[in-house]
Amino acid sequence: MFGFSPDEWMAIELSLRVATVGTLAGLPVALVAAYALARWRFPGKIILDGLLHLPLVLPPVVTGYFLLLTFGKQGAVGKAIYDLFGITFSFRWTGAALACGVMGFPLMLRAIRLSFEAIDRRLEKAAGTLGANPYWTFLLVTLPLALPGVLVGVILCFAKALGEFGATITFVSNIPGETQTIPSAIYTYTQVPGGESQALRLSMVSIAIAMVALIVSEVLNRRIQKRIAVFE
Amino acid sequence: MKEAKPLLSVQALQKWPDFTLDVAFESDRAITALFGPSGSGKSTILNMIAGVRKPDSGRITVAGNVLTDTEARIFVPPHKRRIGFVFQDAQLFPHLTVQQNIKFAQWFNPAEKRGLPLEAVVETLGIGALLKRRPATLSGGERHRVALARALLSSPRILLMDEPLSALDDARRAEIMGLIERIRDEFAVPIVYVTHRVDEVRRLASRVIRLNAGRVVDTGSAAEVLGP
Repeated sequence: MFGFSPDEWMAIELSLRVATVGTLAGLPVALVAAYALARWRFPGKIILDGLLHLPLVLPPVVTGYFLLLTFGKQGAVGKAIYDLFGITFSFRWTGAALACGVMGFPLMLRAIRLSFEAIDRRLEKAAGTLGANPYWTFLLVTLPLALPGVLVGVILCFAKALGEFGATITFVSNIPGETQTIPSAIYTYTQVPGGESQALRLSMVSIAIAMVALIVSEVLNRRIQKRIAVFE
Repeated sequence: MKEAKPLLSVQALQKWPDFTLDVAFESDRAITALFGPSGSGKSTILNMIAGVRKPDSGRITVAGNVLTDTEARIFVPPHKRRIGFVFQDAQLFPHLTVQQNIKFAQWFNPAEKRGLPLEAVVETLGIGALLKRRPATLSGGERHRVALARALLSSPRILLMDEPLSALDDARRAEIMGLIERIRDEFAVPIVYVTHRVDEVRRLASRVIRLNAGRVVDTGSAAEVLGP
């Protein structure tokens, strides 16, 4: 279909898988971190805030290198996770998902945090006086009201993850079928003679996926807004 | 004989840099009004009864249950107090329908616990036709009726109202005041009512706690406190 070669198909499928897994795995962490940053006061909050946003401003190569150091075969965390769950990151698509998730995480965190901060705390107070404990209040009031922001965060993270290149290639290299995502494939094609048309085709695919993601988010967002109606 | 414990007993002290709240009062009446100018500490007292705010020192009991006692290190969290709170601007959940808003309260407070029947509350407050609507589509008066229903269906030991009429026009105020009287008479839920308006106190309150600058300056019936 569309005249894609098996390698190109592999890159497309891998990119979607890596971005989806990276985003969904980061979502629970982002929800907790965003809630903590929006609502709690604790020592070292500024430092935590900075650390979580670091991948946004660091050169991606640096992030990838640190992932290699910590989550690689010899890295402390990587070893522990292998011993506990049998999951390896280095030179595997799981590593690519990790790199993409980490790079997209700050965008997701930021959007979710802003939506938590925008919620009227008095609604949570009302839920408390009606007998809902803090966990139920979060599930039934805070989270549904923050949903549009959560959705925006997820889409931003997914889009960022699809385009991630520097950290991924540093951490897990550029192995066709395993870690060669669309950006890595495009890079490879631009490096070999006669690869221009393939590079261009994959670039068009990138654009198409990104557009679909943005449109889906906009449609969902409108639906949610209609359901929640006007905030007062 | 009923037990001698008062329905509501509040003793609270809290200091801020520019304001000190130091109050002690009791009430056994159906509707107790906390009356005073804005900034006199009325809403702060309500928040302390509801457990949203903790006094530096003090003791609060409702119907014989100790909810706050700083000396004994007792502080019951808000969701376990069974205290209904009617907010000035209703605070309905915007993402839920009227029915879901009401059921929210019921869900966390099973009917066996002395709950009021949903149908009776919906009937009395006249919100049957609104159940499928969302808060954003309701008028101010409708919103307040739903807020009253929601608070009632949380099976409260006591109902706190924080200037519930201040956002309404005169016709709506009269209507809601009538409903508050019916709640008092039909459902026998004691009410603590915060207001700065004399006409509301005269019409509703069976006991008035007059506050000024964080202190109780007078207590008694409406006629005693406000004059004839």
